[in-house]
Amino acid sequence: MKNDVNLLPTPFTELLRPHNLAHSWERWEGKLSVGVYDNDVREYFAIRNAVSLYDTSPITQYRITGRDTARFLDRLMARDMTKCRVGQAVYACWCDDAGKVVEDGTVFRLGDGDYLINVQEHNLAWFEDTAYGFEVSIEDVTEDYCSLALQGPLSRRLLEEIGLSGIADLKFFRLAQTELEGIPLLVARTGFTGDLGYELYLAPRDAERLWNLLWAAPIAVRLVPIGSHALNYARIEAGFLQVNTDFIGAEHCLRPSQRRSPFELGFDWLVDLKKPGYFVGRRALEREKAAGGPRRRLVGLDIEGNKPAVDSFLYAGNKEVGRVTSAFWSPICKRNIALATVEAGHDALGTELRADIWTTKELKIERSMRSARVVPRPFYDPPHKKS
Amino acid sequence: MEQFDAVVLGAGHNGLTAAAYLARAGLKVMVLERRHLIGGAAVSEELFPGFTYSTCSYVCSLLRPEIMRELDLPRHGLQVVPYEGSLNVLTNGEYLASYNNHDRQMREIRRFSKRDAEAYDRFALAIQRQCRLIKPMLLMTPPDPTSLKPRDLRGLAKMAGIFGELGEEQLYETMRFWTMSCGDFLDEHFETDVVKGHMAGSSIIGTALGPYSPGSAYVLLHHYMGEVDGSIGAWGYARGGMGAISKALASAAQAHGCQIRTNAEVAHVIVKEGRAVGVALKSGEEFYGRAIVSNLDFRRSINGLEWTEPLDPALKKKAADFKIRGSSGKLNIALDGLPNFVGIDRARNPALCGDIHYSPSLDYLERAYDDWKYGHWSRKPYLDILIPSLIDPTMAPEGKHYMSVFVQYVPPTLHDGPWTPAKRDAFGETVIDLIEQMAPGFRNLILHKQVRSPWDIENEVGLTEGNIFQGELTLDQLMFNRPIPGMAQYRGPRPGFYLCGSSTHPGGGVMGAPGHNAAREILLDFKARKLA
Ligand SMILES: Cc1cc2nc3c(=O)[nH]c(=O)nc-3n(C[C@H](O)[C@H](O)[C@H](O)COP(=O)(O)OP(=O)(O)OC[C@H]3O[C@@H](n4cnc5c(N)ncnc54)[C@H](O)[C@@H]3O)c2cc1C
Repeated sequence: MKNDVNLLPTPFTELLRPHNLAHSWERWEGKLSVGVYDNDVREYFAIRNAVSLYDTSPITQYRITGRDTARFLDRLMARDMTKCRVGQAVYACWCDDAGKVVEDGTVFRLGDGDYLINVQEHNLAWFEDTAYGFEVSIEDVTEDYCSLALQGPLSRRLLEEIGLSGIADLKFFRLAQTELEGIPLLVARTGFTGDLGYELYLAPRDAERLWNLLWAAPIAVRLVPIGSHALNYARIEAGFLQVNTDFIGAEHCLRPSQRRSPFELGFDWLVDLKKPGYFVGRRALEREKAAGGPRRRLVGLDIEGNKPAVDSFLYAGNKEVGRVTSAFWSPICKRNIALATVEAGHDALGTELRADIWTTKELKIERSMRSARVVPRPFYDPPHKKS
Repeated sequence: MEQFDAVVLGAGHNGLTAAAYLARAGLKVMVLERRHLIGGAAVSEELFPGFTYSTCSYVCSLLRPEIMRELDLPRHGLQVVPYEGSLNVLTNGEYLASYNNHDRQMREIRRFSKRDAEAYDRFALAIQRQCRLIKPMLLMTPPDPTSLKPRDLRGLAKMAGIFGELGEEQLYETMRFWTMSCGDFLDEHFETDVVKGHMAGSSIIGTALGPYSPGSAYVLLHHYMGEVDGSIGAWGYARGGMGAISKALASAAQAHGCQIRTNAEVAHVIVKEGRAVGVALKSGEEFYGRAIVSNLDFRRSINGLEWTEPLDPALKKKAADFKIRGSSGKLNIALDGLPNFVGIDRARNPALCGDIHYSPSLDYLERAYDDWKYGHWSRKPYLDILIPSLIDPTMAPEGKHYMSVFVQYVPPTLHDGPWTPAKRDAFGETVIDLIEQMAPGFRNLILHKQVRSPWDIENEVGLTEGNIFQGELTLDQLMFNRPIPGMAQYRGPRPGFYLCGSSTHPGGGVMGAPGHNAAREILLDFKARKLA
């Protein structure tokens, strides 16, 4: 592979370029990614109101094959992976043996003994260490695939119009391995927006042909390429965590105190302490539970006013009890929402905290203490997401 | 005969740092330097018209940012430019580059091994953790673990605090790291020879240890613990060559009234009633000071100078036993143009603006060390090349280049006797032959060269045996053991006598920390009226 620049193009970069009126390129795992094409609000509303297109090619992907694959994944992941059937996608997290989250991601079961893991950071070293003694092969296949996320209430219609006729039957978190005009496609009904949506995986050589098919569809008048900013708004509404923003993976923490257990991150539903057999971190997680649960909790907040509580400290009375990690004004909920980590005891739904918000107005810095209530996540969960 | 508050022996960068701090505190300071120029091993010299050589040291990464700031060195002309990457050039047309950009770095390692690319993050994190640990100790006077003085106890408590924050697991890691070999450490992380070779260079530079000798992992850390603009581990380049650092330090000292004399070799330490009170030059001229501050290495300070009242023979034996083995050589070369390293795009590859190694594997380095052990320069040596003129337009005429070549391993004396001009030439040819293989046509570009063996370094700069750190950086000679237990707090064998060179904590390299720390101790003694 050529390595003569810091940021490499993805198979879609040249196709995105004419749309990228703001020329706002940014980094995503060494690849060019778009921040804002022209108007992030318009891009955001395409996710909620029409159909959006996001180039997800830089996502890191590992293919796991071999005799012991299912057993290996069950050892690696805190969830019961034996329940994952062929054609199913599973959201999972994996921990180190101290019970701290290494990372989270989606696992696709493509066939018997054939899985694909999609993840932000590189995990090969960790996976290989965990695979010691298992007959599995772990391959970084990031360069073998490119991908597009098509998300929004019109996404299904778009896929139908380009000829993916059976798409209506594809259920939430299910996969279809199909072919479209000779292009082998892996379609997953997954996404990072909390809306109806699909992710399409294909070989880089087919990128342009798929692109042309998409833009030739009649509904493509409603198709809007979106950048990372719009996506970030949607994922906060969906209550999804972003690694390196809302938490740091255990393998990348310089300060051991900054590692987080799945319970601390609200990943309780990704941990199955009842599943048979050992998984990495099990004993530590059992101990954490037995000792009365996590010392901190990741929560959703509904904050008074309309100023995003970016990086705000949170107070219970005069005591500092936590910090906001992601915040923004949600146009769809008409609420000022945030994700935050708070000390245990301040995480119950309905708890009233105060957020210390700093805003700049015409060089004047204003500080306001706003009430912040702990509310359920996701903040936005439309019925069409799963229907 | 003039009376000073402090007389500093040697204008190495540490002597100058100490002098600057003392003068800044209002003391009357005189610095006496044996050579015609100041800087010790941090010098820039024009040995061929139009070309400036950083004759000895060439990388500026260790110099403590606190010192740059407190002495206002940028105002005195110091400019440090970060490296853009580094290269390990192989002779088969392949190379491993290293880039400041993390993604690009990962991709580069992935060309050799996907696993090593990811292991790099773990490796970097492990090193960074050790750096975080050692950093607060650099400008600290090592507390004496056998002492019950409140100050030592406070120091030990501070160290315990730093270690305590690590947690049990990391503490174990640290204990291992400080004692293990670099080779073992790298084998735990990486699988590819060229990657390990690339990373291992820093563990052997200036050190009479092989990559598999216990203790070499610490030496690796010693080269990574520097920083440029807050970026830990980064290497940088001083505009105008390393002499720019010494010049800036001297200028800062002089701005506070410090005097500096060159061509002033100190021969005697004058001791009266058990106190060191002055020095006499070879010429007989005498200088008196309430504090006598030696920038010379430990062995030279104790055994190289004539003390008018003899020192304890047991101490002199310890100074003779101090591990200060020379193991490095240096070539400085003026070039008619930029060499063409096989496979590397000369115009575009930023990795050329950094250290260029020849270091194909740990095994290669270990064999290079074997030659040294038996009194021969490495027949196939480790090279750390820098082309300063690519970064700095002031080092060579436009279109021409200056190349600095650091060579490991080169013994201070050879198996068949001392160095001779003929042997030095043969050693130089060994190096040039190797570079010719890395960059065919190289030899034809040479306009002038200077070849330096440890013997030359000792005789020119005054570093005993040519040891670049003024003493090995092994655990038995670090922290409260440096240079020897009981003398680690910069105070020498007689009241009024201080050590401020790299032989003291935290050791060698152009760091300034020993000079800074020594000055602090001297000022404390002035305050406590111990230096009437
Ligand atoms: C070839 C080489 C390459 C190096 N590369 C690097 C590098 O890239 N980066 C880095 O950080 N470090 C490097 N180093 C190490 C670093 O240069 C030294 O550790 C450091 O400069 C030592 O500084 P110092 O002030 O403690 O002692 P010195 O620089 O040794 O200063 C001692 C001074 O005392 C003077 N002196 C000696 N005897 C007498 C006497 N009797 N009377 C008066 N004066 C006397 C000497 O002339 C000298 O000026 C290198 C060293 C060498 C030799």
